[in-house]
Amino acid sequence: MHPVSFNRCDAMISPELMEQVVVNILRTAVTSLPSDIMSVLEKAESVETSDIAKSQLRAILQNVKCAEEASIPMCQDTGTPLFFVSGRCDGDIEEAIRKGVERATREIPLRPNIVHPLSRKNSGNNLGVGMPQVHFLPGPEGFVEITVMPKGAGSENMSALRMLSPSEGLKSVKSFVLDVVVNAGGRPCPPTIVGVGIGGSADIAMSLAKRALLRPLDVMNPNAELAGLEEELLDAVNLTGIGPMGLGGRTTCLGVKVDLAYCHTASLPVAVNLQCWAARRASARMFRDGRVTYSKEGFLLD
Amino acid sequence: MRTPLSEKDVRSLRAGQVVHLDGIVYTGRDEVHVRALEKHDKGEGLPVDLKGAALYHCGPIVKDDDGGWTLVAAGPTTSARMNGLEPRFIETFGIRAIIGKGGMSQPTIDAMKNFGCVYLAITGGAAVLAAKGVKRVVGVEWLDLGMPEALWIFEAENLGPLIVGIDADGNSLFKKVDDEVRKNLTQVRKRLDVE
Repeated sequence: MHPVSFNRCDAMISPELMEQVVVNILRTAVTSLPSDIMSVLEKAESVETSDIAKSQLRAILQNVKCAEEASIPMCQDTGTPLFFVSGRCDGDIEEAIRKGVERATREIPLRPNIVHPLSRKNSGNNLGVGMPQVHFLPGPEGFVEITVMPKGAGSENMSALRMLSPSEGLKSVKSFVLDVVVNAGGRPCPPTIVGVGIGGSADIAMSLAKRALLRPLDVMNPNAELAGLEEELLDAVNLTGIGPMGLGGRTTCLGVKVDLAYCHTASLPVAVNLQCWAARRASARMFRDGRVTYSKEGFLLD
Repeated sequence: MRTPLSEKDVRSLRAGQVVHLDGIVYTGRDEVHVRALEKHDKGEGLPVDLKGAALYHCGPIVKDDDGGWTLVAAGPTTSARMNGLEPRFIETFGIRAIIGKGGMSQPTIDAMKNFGCVYLAITGGAAVLAAKGVKRVVGVEWLDLGMPEALWIFEAENLGPLIVGIDADGNSLFKKVDDEVRKNLTQVRKRLDVE
């Protein structure tokens, strides 16, 4: 039997296949870490000199190993389910993603995290109005790509946006990023990854900051100027001494990822979105012939 | 150390020391703090006795297996969210230890000093290791608050390593690091050219 495809979709994707792919990438994301994150964590453990800092990183590494072996979530905060979809597909895809999230919550299991923002009533299945969020992005033809980022609240709560005056310039951008990291201290589960979005508008800047977190740590920023800024900021925040879990040490951040968009002549928005060490993500590509390929590193390495 | 803890137990601990816990541990985060204090204000009792208790800032993943609960993952949540209500919580219910991550603010440290309570730091995100320190889930109260916010009752066995982050004399590892960071900032700002 031919699968029922989504209208105008670039791949033959049945709702059932989409649902299964969502469960699969959620399971991969919450039970294992991409290799780029693991290798930087391992390096950090060898660089630390204090017993406390070393012990925190050892616990983190051992914990990831145990989670992967037992196929259970490495962190009890399995996050807010954020999805990024590229390629041509219609709105029905959202319904399939919702079904996948609901099933993954039961089967993996994920912690039911999603509540009404005011009544705080928990929906019990990680679904709600506007949740999960699906970001549709333009993409190349020939396949549909889906990425999940289960985003923990400890790091998300430390996000910050500042609408700078254009005359304040790069200095104020750098100063703001430093302030956010210092102010967050041990709360976002350092060592963190710092996503920075510069320009656009208030919402675009934060969206850039979040999406910057999807770029693997070992993939250089294609913009040389931003690559330099990333390196400069990483060196700086790691000299603060906040350290793993805010208990002191050399590793406050694993990486800084910056992205920008042109903006209004009167604006200079800067957004910082922090990611905890459990920088979970996983992707899948679905092709016209029904083939699906998976990657927890992301497909940028292709 | 075994719960319930005495004032003498916790006053003997020093910041930086590493301990492990045995015995009953209660989870409690934002909503447990709100409801427990509301009930107290109305003169109503709590379903559990928190005197001498270890309170774990944790919203676990627990599986509802037929006939019982199975703990899946149980790492700490950010303790700072409880800063507003914790001083009253310590004074009102007489808890002796808080397990969490990231440390707590000065009013909470003052309450710890005044009433005899310590803060025990456990590695954030290391939820599988933490769950290995819980022998069984004894029960749950206030499940209507949702799985993360409910008051779970754990029986701990060798839960840890826990680092004494704040002792009952008010010494805080987090504050020490914070002071260091403030000192380092001058140099960091110079390096970034943002003085």
